[in-house]
Amino acid sequence: MTSQTEIAVSVTEAVQNALDYYEKKEEELIPILSKVNRELGFLPQEALEQISEKLKVPKSKVKSVASFYHMLSTKPLGRHVIKFCENAPCHVAGGGEIWSALKDATHLQAGETSPDGKWSLVTTSCLGLCAVGPVMVIDGDVYGNLTVDKVPEILGRYE
Amino acid sequence: MAYFRSHVLVSNDPAILKEGGAEVKDALLNEIRKNKLSGEVEIIDTPRISDGKQGPEIMVYPEGYHYIGLSAADIPFLVEEQFLKGRAVEKFLAPTPREKAQELRAPTPKEVRVVLRNCGKINPENIEEYIAENGYVALAKVLTECTPDDVLAIIKASGLRGRGGAGFPTWLKWDLTKKATGSPKYLICNADEGDPGAFMNRSVLESDPHSVIEGMIIAAYTIGASQGFVYCRAEYPIAVKTLNIAIEQARNYGLLGKNIFGTDFSFDMEVRKGAGAFVCGEETALISSIEGKRGEPYPKPPFPATQGVFGKPTNINNVETYANIPQIIFRGPEWFASMGTEKSKGTKTFAMAGDVKQTGLIEVPFGITLREIVYDVGGGIKDDKGFKAIQTGGPMGGCLPSMYLDLPVDYESLTSAGSMMGSGGMVVMDEDTCMVDIARFFMEFTQAESCGKCVPCRVGTKRILEILTRICDGKGKDGDIETLEMLCSQTIENSLCGLGKGAANPVISTLKHFRSEYEAHIYDKKCPAKTCKALIHYEINPEKCVGCTMCARNCPVNAITGSPKQTHVINPDICIRCGICKQVCNYEAVVVT
Repeated sequence: MTSQTEIAVSVTEAVQNALDYYEKKEEELIPILSKVNRELGFLPQEALEQISEKLKVPKSKVKSVASFYHMLSTKPLGRHVIKFCENAPCHVAGGGEIWSALKDATHLQAGETSPDGKWSLVTTSCLGLCAVGPVMVIDGDVYGNLTVDKVPEILGRYE
Repeated sequence: MAYFRSHVLVSNDPAILKEGGAEVKDALLNEIRKNKLSGEVEIIDTPRISDGKQGPEIMVYPEGYHYIGLSAADIPFLVEEQFLKGRAVEKFLAPTPREKAQELRAPTPKEVRVVLRNCGKINPENIEEYIAENGYVALAKVLTECTPDDVLAIIKASGLRGRGGAGFPTWLKWDLTKKATGSPKYLICNADEGDPGAFMNRSVLESDPHSVIEGMIIAAYTIGASQGFVYCRAEYPIAVKTLNIAIEQARNYGLLGKNIFGTDFSFDMEVRKGAGAFVCGEETALISSIEGKRGEPYPKPPFPATQGVFGKPTNINNVETYANIPQIIFRGPEWFASMGTEKSKGTKTFAMAGDVKQTGLIEVPFGITLREIVYDVGGGIKDDKGFKAIQTGGPMGGCLPSMYLDLPVDYESLTSAGSMMGSGGMVVMDEDTCMVDIARFFMEFTQAESCGKCVPCRVGTKRILEILTRICDGKGKDGDIETLEMLCSQTIENSLCGLGKGAANPVISTLKHFRSEYEAHIYDKKCPAKTCKALIHYEINPEKCVGCTMCARNCPVNAITGSPKQTHVINPDICIRCGICKQVCNYEAVVVT
């Protein structure tokens, strides 16, 4: 299980890695932002400024793209990010109860990060895993066929 | 191509891998090696074999044995029995595999598999298996025997229409891009399957990616495109991976790149990953996103056919549309046109979810009725409850009540019934579903996914959602229904793109077919389906209560009082209507009013 901070590298390094990996073109902005976001766990202001400078794209534009897509975050997130699917098929399969159980267990509301930096709780768009709903993803690990009983046990696997 | 006597499909579904699937696969590889069977038994990763509720599982072909609930410790015995002694291991065999709910089950007699024909049958990471199923034969025929106009004529004769939902004739779209001036021309495959509950395209990309690639190359040849993009949503990591492997293999086989099949035609393609924005499934928003911008739609015209990605002529089709192309060329347009209705030809894949016995992917010919889909293909309603509604077309579709069950499914009939084809999500709802809550639920989704560029959609969805939420909270007031109707029609008429134009459909269709439920919420302060928490009360039936104290002990807010062996009482002022007491009561004494 990879935590969000384990792979911490400096902002400059992360930006450089992404720029080396993709072509330095405006059309590569989303892949570049995604890669930096993956490495740092979120997109700090500093990273956006560096990307803007290197790609010769206005800061306002970089920021507007970074804030548009759900998978890019301009706020720091917790060590573990719980993404819960609250779409219709999971909802019909009993997702509402799981969502309440998650909120109770983490003492968080949607989009919040715990004060100790352990958890972030967010909803995700449909993962297409509707046949095993309700579904959640923690740091890339997928859990399907969730029941309220399974929630504490699964959360307990994360430090 | 190497030949194996056995093929073993192993589920690489993330959920299964977590439950010991990874260890099972390792053990399997190990045992196969140890018994020197590596040249005879091939292990193949596949997205999922069944619904995944039975733990790690494998499927052995050609016998079709489906083993479930495996652990690594079972593998040595299984390998010895199955592959050395050649007999089935009864104790791990799935009970009645064909009756279990599966993502992709054996087809029912009402189903016809065209797009899904190879799914679960071939190894998606091996191009040779696709070729062995007559893959790339259509491409060879097109490049060596047909002019682009010949291809257009074939597609026109087939009657194929866009499978992304709008149903625009595919040949006409291609012809527009072909005739457009500008160079280079681009080709895009829309794999941004964002509708909740729809995962048909994911399944095709993960289990038969070459059918999409072949369809795209044929389209590129027809319109004269030199570069293609598959815009795939980031929520589908396995699809992206499989597709990249397939593209690389096609390149190595000379099926992508310069001078394909030794002709003058050159074409290459790449995968572009989204970053989580539902609106990017809309074609102009998708183009903005490929260009590295915010995924916001822009007004049409100009249509992508004349000014698409980077301002150049661009053809955009959905995954399923492209996947149909090779089969149409290979088996002939007459064969394709023989399926379906007068205006909607061929088959359509649907992802069925909700209160139906067999959820999962289906592929049916157009013209099949909703009743056949729900009862024959889907096996009927869960727990044999009553049917209430079916929602087609994803979050912007409509809810159709039982009077439409005999409606033949095609583009026109669904639209005229107040719903739409959409990409192919179907949510079946039983009699316990509150339609006002469902409308609120879908509106919550569209409101959150509205990109905010145009006012009718941004503000309209917000106001509609506020009213629906108020009604569900028991604070509905006289005039709300009329205001909703006005807001809905304004949002539909004035929004910029398909998202806003469709956003109000769930509200309009539920208002039309289930108006009495809205009225019950607003005027009687009752939720007929007993779903909306603010409008229901939990009570204990004194005749059934035995005073076991189970409910009182489990109540999270201590709203239940009563001594052992005495009738218990729920205090409605403290009760938070969580329903736990009803769940734990063994005597069905807790009732909802």
